[in-house]
Amino acid sequence: MASASGGIDALSQFALTTHLGPLGASVNFTQSNVSMLLAAGLTIVIMWIGMRPRAMVPGRLQSAAELIYETIMSMCVESIGEEGKKFFPIVFTLFTFILFGNLLGVFPYFFTFTSHIAVTLALSLFVFLLVTFVAIREHGTHFFSYFVPPGVPGVLIPLMVLIEVISYLSRVISLSVRLFANMMAGHVMLKVFGSFIVMLGGLGVLGYPPAALSLGVNTLLIGFEVLVACLQAYVFAVLTCIYLHDAVHLH
Amino acid sequence: MDLASAKMLGAGISMIALAGVGIGMGTIFGQLVSSVARNPASRDRVFGLAILGFALTEAVALYALVIAFIILFV
Repeated sequence: MASASGGIDALSQFALTTHLGPLGASVNFTQSNVSMLLAAGLTIVIMWIGMRPRAMVPGRLQSAAELIYETIMSMCVESIGEEGKKFFPIVFTLFTFILFGNLLGVFPYFFTFTSHIAVTLALSLFVFLLVTFVAIREHGTHFFSYFVPPGVPGVLIPLMVLIEVISYLSRVISLSVRLFANMMAGHVMLKVFGSFIVMLGGLGVLGYPPAALSLGVNTLLIGFEVLVACLQAYVFAVLTCIYLHDAVHLH
Repeated sequence: MDLASAKMLGAGISMIALAGVGIGMGTIFGQLVSSVARNPASRDRVFGLAILGFALTEAVALYALVIAFIILFV
């Protein structure tokens, strides 16, 4: 909460501490890794238990599993085309991992691993390398025509190639910073309003009404965080699909 | 002007980016309303696109926020 100097210490919540004693410390097993394992485990458990009944009229868990599956499947087919079915497993894995990671972060005492740029940068670098690999495998050296937009006058080609290369490379940064900044900003905002409650409550009776107002705002913000958590996982998956579309079809 | 106050001012100035984000958000949702009003049947399809546009525009605001944080804390 409020630090000793009276300011608001909003960023200390992202500090990592190691778990599992000296063994965990030697391999840097932090609470971030615990959350990652939980997110992956939750995905497997929900999919496994949800799909076990194989009922014609699905129950709650089966509906949830089918909903996620159908959303991602239609996203793949709509934005990549028929070839999109090949890429369904990777998009599904990315989506569920990020979704459960974001949603776990909304609960108290759980760590949001997507609020670290190292994690999101690793995910987006993986997507970038995958997209480039797919494009080169599908098109060979013809892939480099991607950087020369059709119908551009000859004088402008060097400039356009430069711009296209920069925009292609900046995908890594935009994809990772978007997810990281959304999750970090949300949690910083929660912390700031949480600190307001404590600071205003310390003022005595006069501080209680604004403190209650901050509590209300914080409650609304948590609802907003749930929305952002789902939205950002969806956006990450959609953008992965769009990049894969570019890789498969080249413009 | 000392470094600390220059940092504060810089972080504040970097938030000018939010003017553009505001314009963008207004355009997205204004266009969403007018297109749904013209063709209510297209609502589901257009809504998904609008949410994608919203997320992409919001990201610009967050880039500005990250820059402000870098100025203030790094």
